[in-house]
Amino acid sequence: MDLSFGSEYDEFRVEVQNFIANNAHKAPKGNDLRGDTAKDWQKLLIENGYTARTIPKEFGGFGAEPNILKSRIIAEEFSNARVNTGLGGQGISMLVPTLLEMGTQEQKEQFIRPTIHGEMIWCQGYSEPGAGSDLASLTTSAVLEGDEWVVNGQKIWTSTAHIADWIFCLVRTEPDAPKHKGISFLLFDMKTPGIEIRPLVDMTGAANFNETFYTDVRVPKHQIVGERGQGWQVANAILGHERETLAPANTAQTRINALIELMKTDTADGERLIDNPVYRDRLMKIQGQVMAMRFNELRVLSARLNPGQDAGLSRMITKLEGTELRHELEGLAIDVMGEIGLAYEDNPHLRNTGSWQREYMYYLGLIIGGGTSQIQKNIISERGLDMPREPKIEKSR
Amino acid sequence: MQFGLSEEQILLQDNVKRFLNDNASLDHVRKYAEGGNDADIWAGLSELGVAALLIPEEHGGIGMTPLDAAIVAECLGNNVAPGPFLGSAVMAPTALIASGGDHGEMLAQLAAGTHRVGIAFGEAIKRRNDAGIQVSNGVMNGTSLFAFDALADSYLVADQNKHLYLVSAGDTGLTRTLLTTVDKTRQTVELNYKDVTATCISTDVSVFEATLDIGRVILAADTLGASQDMLDQAVDYAKQREQFNRPIASFQAVKHMCAEMAASLEPCRSMVWFAAHALADLPNEARATACHTKAHLSEVGKAIAKTSTEVHGGMGFTDLVGLHYWFKRIGANRQWLGAPEHVRHEAAILQGLVA
Repeated sequence: MDLSFGSEYDEFRVEVQNFIANNAHKAPKGNDLRGDTAKDWQKLLIENGYTARTIPKEFGGFGAEPNILKSRIIAEEFSNARVNTGLGGQGISMLVPTLLEMGTQEQKEQFIRPTIHGEMIWCQGYSEPGAGSDLASLTTSAVLEGDEWVVNGQKIWTSTAHIADWIFCLVRTEPDAPKHKGISFLLFDMKTPGIEIRPLVDMTGAANFNETFYTDVRVPKHQIVGERGQGWQVANAILGHERETLAPANTAQTRINALIELMKTDTADGERLIDNPVYRDRLMKIQGQVMAMRFNELRVLSARLNPGQDAGLSRMITKLEGTELRHELEGLAIDVMGEIGLAYEDNPHLRNTGSWQREYMYYLGLIIGGGTSQIQKNIISERGLDMPREPKIEKSR
Repeated sequence: MQFGLSEEQILLQDNVKRFLNDNASLDHVRKYAEGGNDADIWAGLSELGVAALLIPEEHGGIGMTPLDAAIVAECLGNNVAPGPFLGSAVMAPTALIASGGDHGEMLAQLAAGTHRVGIAFGEAIKRRNDAGIQVSNGVMNGTSLFAFDALADSYLVADQNKHLYLVSAGDTGLTRTLLTTVDKTRQTVELNYKDVTATCISTDVSVFEATLDIGRVILAADTLGASQDMLDQAVDYAKQREQFNRPIASFQAVKHMCAEMAASLEPCRSMVWFAAHALADLPNEARATACHTKAHLSEVGKAIAKTSTEVHGGMGFTDLVGLHYWFKRIGANRQWLGAPEHVRHEAAILQGLVA
């Protein structure tokens, strides 16, 4: 057991802290992906190696060797200082790593630099009305006609489609192959004729999702990642990684600290909320759970650093446990506030900008999205505990 | 950075596991529960160095860390093994060493496994009806309930001021009566003191606290082991048991129960490791972490004890399968040294959230 990162890392941490101290005023405050402030900030972060850190220089990144501890320190320091960590989105978090692993040289050169600099925004075309948990049953088709794929079908939950420049999309190209082997991974411009976008407002009131419709959308043949029929492997190359990062314990820690502050300031009948033993016990219970998840994450980190170390099921359970815990945590804040907990949007009595209700609902979305809690339990029991799959039911008419 | 067990610790774990599988199987546990004796198991464990783990080399021990003790506790919980590990190998040595007094002789006997020290801390944690002790001028009177290790040669007793005293089990004024509890894998006793000679070990509250903290982490580790075994038993049973022409393990209703157990238990392992490590290396975090670990493992353990029993169906309810020994062990660990609400309250006090 050795929890120190070592002296070279202490120096690196100081470097990061100094950077933040000198530059934090340049960081964007809101969530505007298109703004110049966001792009300038992104450029500064890349130049200093605080984002796109391991992406090769030839593709516009910082070009550092992967270093898990340095990445961790960057994440910790930016999170502690509550400073914007640069652009995110599915292009940067999902497509770029996919291209680095499975893309051609031309694809890497064409797409990675503009994507990480915020000049090319992507959306992800995976789920369909008839293909949710059973994603591999998707039916949006692409048929090769000459030098072009012709795409027809419908996608749903297409985040940011309304502002995206391009889409990475799973389509069925081999209708006669088994379902996992008939899928291909296409890239295309969202301005291509034949694409219709309808916003899908979610329960928080935001319209980040869309339904998207594709009618005879023509895509140049070479805009495929991997081979025909390999799309499932291409998509899965990084899906597991997405799940692990949906509800990091660091953020849960920040939220419980905010809740403690709230309970120390807000009162009911003149009594601080924290002085109510029932509320306090619920708070302590969740604090203990957050603690357990933090240490679980340390184990995941350690297993990545020390390949011989057995990580047990520590990685497999983070999506399930992390999202359920955040939902509980945010819900507790609402409970302790009584009717003030109802305040939302422009209500003048909001606490913490109304984030408690927003995150409470948002995390319910994350319990469902990215593989539902029930799908996570299937994965844990089948792959983690080696329990048999449920027998398939023959398709009936 | 390495958050996990060292090769030596994995070796220790393997050795203890192997010994327990041979010498503390369910059959052995049953014999003990039906009125047997744990002396053989403790002698064997002592030979492996388990009694000497936390005792410095100068006193015949092997000077290892609380994390090593937690690893052993997990193994003991796994097998619901009897024995005085918590008191004699963990809490008593911790108190004697922390007190700074000259206890070399007793430490050497503890290390050899030839002397057993029981623990009677109820008074200092929360005094219940029927209990209560007074000490004046080195003489103890009153009653301690649920002191653990029925065969101890002496007892470490904490009074309401959190002062620690040692009393001899052989003192003519001490009456010891077995107290029946649901947990038959470890025996507890009622101690009645009538003018018993009490040797003061420490009036420094931090000595009591260090002893209590490690006791709580070790109980959590025991629950970790017992819970892991209940999960493993449930998964094995579900794979074998067939209904409706298929193993019940293929039903999502059953699989999801097992997945929930696994998902809640996995972070507990990291938590126990961290809490044990903090006792030795992170003094600022150690106390609150020990409280949270005790409480969290109690809650997760309770849920797993219930769920695993349910996965076993009617068989889980029988004495035949013996699963109830694990269920009750986890239940006892939950109540000893502070039940969840109590330790969570302490965690809040330690953070200055409440006076």
